[in-house]
Amino acid sequence: MNLQRRTTLKTGGSLALIAAAVSAGVLPTSAFAQWNKNAFDAKNLNDVVKAMGGATAEKSNDIAITAPDIAENGAVVPIAVASKLANVESIAILVEKNPNSLAATFDIPAGTEPNVGTRVKMGQSSNVHAVVKAGGKYYVATKEVKVTLGGCGG
Amino acid sequence: MSDPMRIRAQLKDGGVTEVRVLMAHIMETGLRKDASGATVPAHFIQSITATHGSKTVLNAQFGPAVSQNPVMNFSFKGGAKGDKVTVSWTDNKGAKRSDEATIA
Amino acid sequence: MKQRRWISTVTALSVSIPFALSVSAQQDTQKEIERYRQLLADGNPAELLEMRGEELWKQKRGPKNATLEACDLGLGAGKIGGVNAVLPRYFADVDRVMDLESRIVHCQVTLQGFTQAELTKRPYSLTVGERQTDHEALTAYVVGQSRGAAVNVPQAHAKERESFARGEKMFYYKGGPYDFACATCHSVDGQRIRLQDLPNFQKADNAQRAFTTWPAYRVSQGAMRTMQWRLYDCFRQQRFPELAFLSQASIDLITYMGVKAKDGKMDSPAIKR
Ligand code: HEC
Repeated sequence: MNLQRRTTLKTGGSLALIAAAVSAGVLPTSAFAQWNKNAFDAKNLNDVVKAMGGATAEKSNDIAITAPDIAENGAVVPIAVASKLANVESIAILVEKNPNSLAATFDIPAGTEPNVGTRVKMGQSSNVHAVVKAGGKYYVATKEVKVTLGGCGG
Repeated sequence: MSDPMRIRAQLKDGGVTEVRVLMAHIMETGLRKDASGATVPAHFIQSITATHGSKTVLNAQFGPAVSQNPVMNFSFKGGAKGDKVTVSWTDNKGAKRSDEATIA
Repeated sequence: MKQRRWISTVTALSVSIPFALSVSAQQDTQKEIERYRQLLADGNPAELLEMRGEELWKQKRGPKNATLEACDLGLGAGKIGGVNAVLPRYFADVDRVMDLESRIVHCQVTLQGFTQAELTKRPYSLTVGERQTDHEALTAYVVGQSRGAAVNVPQAHAKERESFARGEKMFYYKGGPYDFACATCHSVDGQRIRLQDLPNFQKADNAQRAFTTWPAYRVSQGAMRTMQWRLYDCFRQQRFPELAFLSQASIDLITYMGVKAKDGKMDSPAIKR
């Protein structure tokens, strides 16, 4: 939460825009969290964790990544992450060898299951990391996914 | 112009509502070149919010590495058949879309 | 780009097995690819196009300001459930065999007053990220209503049997700079190009699998493609003259494949690499 406020203040311009949108009734009052540009620009796991407000991520066996060992097409690689850790606050999906590592983040409010999925692009075979923030700390699990056709192929 | 999302919300055993969202979006990375060699500017969904009644059940942020026509799965407790689930997104060009589904 | 893909296709084919993998490693790869395809199956973006198609179908459009709801796709006016499993078929009102896509266009002409020329000018979206065409959306909606229906392309009418016979002949007709027929690639067991298993249409299960999964959302193109497009693209790969949209040749090939796929269960729009 703190982190969000910090990022928001740094980019005051768009904050004003969002505020205007909210008051105009365009957005639900819950509003969209400010997009974490620093995290999405980061080039590796450590930098992503830092941009999300952590220091390092500890390896954990309580995070399960469901993804194919081999993806036929890197343009669409299904990735699901489930965690047995207590008090999960967020889940992030990273592709190590993509130009920018972070693909997506999910905030998990109380009552929402620590179990999310989406599909990502992979330019080449790579490790996929799932970073879970739980009880204020960051944890990570990793799985390799081979790609037979890069995310930009025909 | 953006096409509607397809949202499926199903109540499962144990009182968990499983939600699957399909979104129509190009999710352009900003790295691709068009036929003339010019870089196609990035264009992608950045933020997604899902609400059940007045409660936010998911906030997500996407980068351009999420696949074209994104698919998203999540589940939450406390939903009942007939309740509405609303999903909204905004992209990096300021376009927005909001759709709702009824829990079945 | 297109050119390169074609050449790599041909080289791979002439080597026949394009990888230096052991048989067991290949089987493992195939199993994992199968798992990948299953993971994709729930969440097919073609569903978005089906929704758009449904809206278009029920919307008053064209010079006659009519919907397509009275369209007769072979099972009676207004019936769309299961039609894709029994097309192509003979239609008495036009005294010829039509496939699904021809018949949708026919209804747009007769019911809504559009001209054939404007509807067939640009049936497919072809550049990356282009919005899918109305034709693709309408087709997506209609075929989606046939999921689970058993394929039974009729052969009762003489013109239906003629269509099959012409389709079969075309399937085996060799030509083009590589002297390929459809059968060169599609009548051999275990034939593969890169990781794609090529269906052998002489085997019912292969033919069923191919026929029942088109139209399909193509992950590599970020778009749903119709059966007409599938054939158009195979003609291109074969270096045959361009296959005209809704041509008799295209309808006959679909009739041939449909008859070969008898009893398969429709499962389209599917999702493919
Ligand atoms: C050069 C070899 C080649 C020739 C010749 C060829 N095809 Fe194909 N065909 C392919 C390949 C490769 C695929 C799979 C493409 C893919 O997955 O991208 C395919 C796929 C198909 C499919 C879809 C199968 C599925 O399960 O998705 C159909 C139907 C088909 N071809 C029909 C034909 C017909 C009809 C002809 C003759 C007009 C023909 N093909 C000629 C190589 C060929």
